[in-house]
Amino acid sequence: MRPQNLITFPRMLHPGAWWLWALGLAAAASRTQNPIPLLLILAVTAFVVAARKSDAPWARSYGAFLKLALVVIGIRIVFQALLSSGSQGPTVLFTLPEIPVPGSTGIKLGGEVTLEAVLQAFYEGLQLATILVCVGAANSLGSARRLLRSVPGALYEVGIAVVIALTFAPQLVTDAARVRAAHRLRGQSGGLRAMKRLAMPVLEGALDRSVELAAAMDSRGYGRTTAATPAARRLTGLLTLTGLLGLCVGVYGLLSATSAGWLGLPMLVAGSLLCAAGIYFGGRRIGRTTYRPDPWALPEWLVAGSGLTAAAAMFVNVRADPAELVLASITAVPPVPLVATFGILVAMLPAIVAPPLPRPAAQTTRSSEMEVAA
Amino acid sequence: MIEFDHVSVTFAGQAAPVLRDVDLRIPEGELCLVIGRTGSGKTTLLRTINGLVPHFSGGTLSGRVVVDGRDTREHRPRDLAEIVGFVGQDPLSGFVTDTVEDELAYGMESLGLPADVMRKRVEETLDLLGLAELRQRPLAALSGGQQQRVAIGSVLTTHPRVLVLDEPTSALDPLAAEEVLATLQRLVHDLGMTVVLAEHRLERVVQYADRVVLVPGGGGTVVDGPPAEVLAGSPIAPPVVELGRIAGWRPLPLSVRDARRRAAPLKEELDGLSAPDHGCSRPGEVVAGTSDLVAGYPRLPVLKGVSATLSRGEVVALMGRNGVGKSTFLKTLVGLATPDSGRVEVGGQVPADLKPAQLLRQVGLVPQVPGDLLYESTVARECAQADKDGGVAPGTTADLFERLSPGVPGEQHPRDLSEGQRLTLALAIVLAADPPLLLLDEPTRGLDYTAKHRLVEILRDLAAGGHAVMLATHDVELVAEVATRVVVLADGEVVADGTVTDVVVSSPAFAPQVAKILAPESWLTPTDVAVALAGVTTVSRP
Repeated sequence: MRPQNLITFPRMLHPGAWWLWALGLAAAASRTQNPIPLLLILAVTAFVVAARKSDAPWARSYGAFLKLALVVIGIRIVFQALLSSGSQGPTVLFTLPEIPVPGSTGIKLGGEVTLEAVLQAFYEGLQLATILVCVGAANSLGSARRLLRSVPGALYEVGIAVVIALTFAPQLVTDAARVRAAHRLRGQSGGLRAMKRLAMPVLEGALDRSVELAAAMDSRGYGRTTAATPAARRLTGLLTLTGLLGLCVGVYGLLSATSAGWLGLPMLVAGSLLCAAGIYFGGRRIGRTTYRPDPWALPEWLVAGSGLTAAAAMFVNVRADPAELVLASITAVPPVPLVATFGILVAMLPAIVAPPLPRPAAQTTRSSEMEVAA
Repeated sequence: MIEFDHVSVTFAGQAAPVLRDVDLRIPEGELCLVIGRTGSGKTTLLRTINGLVPHFSGGTLSGRVVVDGRDTREHRPRDLAEIVGFVGQDPLSGFVTDTVEDELAYGMESLGLPADVMRKRVEETLDLLGLAELRQRPLAALSGGQQQRVAIGSVLTTHPRVLVLDEPTSALDPLAAEEVLATLQRLVHDLGMTVVLAEHRLERVVQYADRVVLVPGGGGTVVDGPPAEVLAGSPIAPPVVELGRIAGWRPLPLSVRDARRRAAPLKEELDGLSAPDHGCSRPGEVVAGTSDLVAGYPRLPVLKGVSATLSRGEVVALMGRNGVGKSTFLKTLVGLATPDSGRVEVGGQVPADLKPAQLLRQVGLVPQVPGDLLYESTVARECAQADKDGGVAPGTTADLFERLSPGVPGEQHPRDLSEGQRLTLALAIVLAADPPLLLLDEPTRGLDYTAKHRLVEILRDLAAGGHAVMLATHDVELVAEVATRVVVLADGEVVADGTVTDVVVSSPAFAPQVAKILAPESWLTPTDVAVALAGVTTVSRP
């Protein structure tokens, strides 16, 4: 057995597996406003992140997304309380002073705040928050940048553009700080005019660097193996674009409760096929190779599969017993959806089946040096 | 290996060609050094070798450049990727990926080499350049010397026959520069590579060169030949060659070792003469000082208790490795960094408490990239703005700039100035409000010898006029020329503070070439020797 197939062999998991796992959980969350499975999903992501997160800078993003999620819930509740139309339920919690809004817009500010309205807002906010936290978990477990290394050949140009943008953004911030400091040396304090003065040198610097980078890439053989006729390029573009469109419609159809049946799975399959064709034809024209591609072995299948199981279980549950997931009464104690819960618990497996991270033996000194550089 | 056949290059919108009628043959396995003043066309010459000129830059190239049998007219830079490896001026801006290993593999990926070949070559290159321990590291976290070696490695993996480098050691401290040069020598000696490099810091590289190409600029004739011959007639020369000219040695020595072996008669001649004292004879009032200064990052102090003073009339050189805290020290003096403990005083006040407009009258700092100070669209408007900022009479800055760097038209865009002119414009702006203390961070980066001589004259005048000057620099020859005192920092502490002669002569890393040749006597510059010898002849002749 290749060591990559062992779940005990320490290595970095393919970031794509983490993203599939997280998107599976997010898809599950998108189908219900029942707080029990939602909170369970939150707990599962937190558990897995705690078990398998590295000490890389991006690993801290889970906390940031969690804070963002709390803000989302908070805003949702506050707005609901302020702008509720009063017809949402009989249980009045308290009454705010009311500000009349002119005209017959149907909106009022303040007034009675009902338990039903607040709970409804909380559940809706929780759903959005859970999806956000899933994305945060994916971000902190699999580096988005490393994911870009695995993009198929047809999308290579797009991938490299994103990588360069990701490198340039922090550089731009450093440049701006440096130039600002220099302007202080000329005896100038802040203000609007300072912004204008800042922009010139910073943009010039960025432009210079881009030209330098383009020259470096050209002299290192970038784009040399691309031997495509314009017609072939257009065909690839058309296939990929139509495919992506189909994928979007398919995903929408699958996730939205109200859309027609043909919009869901069939569109998804058709879109995927078109995309695959585009990527295949596009990839054939690119003669470039990949150095040490991230392996996709058994643990990757298990991790991605566990996330998709959660999504599948939720979809089955919605179809079989929608009452468990779409709450009939907002104030009643929410029921426990059995199948969905089982699926979400399966998604906890990556805490064990994802390989442990290699211990950074030689990296202890490195991380401290990186702090110096930062 | 490389053939230039009547090559002329004219860029769009320019009347005169940058290079005119270059005829040049560089045989395989040579290390060829391209010298010339800034803006003379060195970079253009280098870029014609892999076709960046004219394919990438535009412009017209007449004549023919043939590299390993391939004509650059028919081959784009990317088609020459496995023949010519090109490393630009700033390695960091040429990096495409973000870790060392990926960067080494990038070129091979573009060429579509099979995975097993790539794997093997990356390992070989890591070993060849001593980068094995850095393989997983982010590129941005490497030191300057390491980045330069990764940049060299990243073009070596495609196994080119020619390596072209544009100023590979300009931004490095002396030891990191030696690291890079040792690597290059190894490539030439062990792998038989042809290396073409441009460099201002001749004292570092000329001893390794097999051939020197002098690009005079202004479309003049490009001269090439053995280093000693070309340098004999060159307006730019390292101190060891200048000393050779003064002593009348033929052929000229290129390395310190050559010169030392021939220096016995000169030493005898100088016996009994005393080397001039570079110290400041009468330092004026103290304008700035620090005591027990601690500054840096949270839980990571860069300066660990530095005490120093600066007086009028002094030129103090601040030396030490990259990252030792030289820039941090300068920043605390202008209030850009706040001390964690200890005191900083400039003109009796704490710089961090001063408003920018007040600070301007106490201290001026020319940053590492002088262009950061500039943002207007013409030199004249830049000067007018400086007058306004400093609250001085209109025209003050323009007059100052005219004195420092005569003959620059006011309507020129600051970006079109040469490296040296940009530095003097920044200097003029900073000096407009007449601060008693002037700080310079790495002022000689990218300056040629002519511009450096001009800077030395300017700094001497400023010190004589009662300014206190402090410069953070790696340039030992500049220190030998201009400094009256040297402060050496290591591990956040002052390890030496004294006259140039005391600190620099005995140091293996910081000793200037003349001091190395004439040790143990403490001669520092060729000019000192020439003046002393001239004194002898006039005395002994009457």
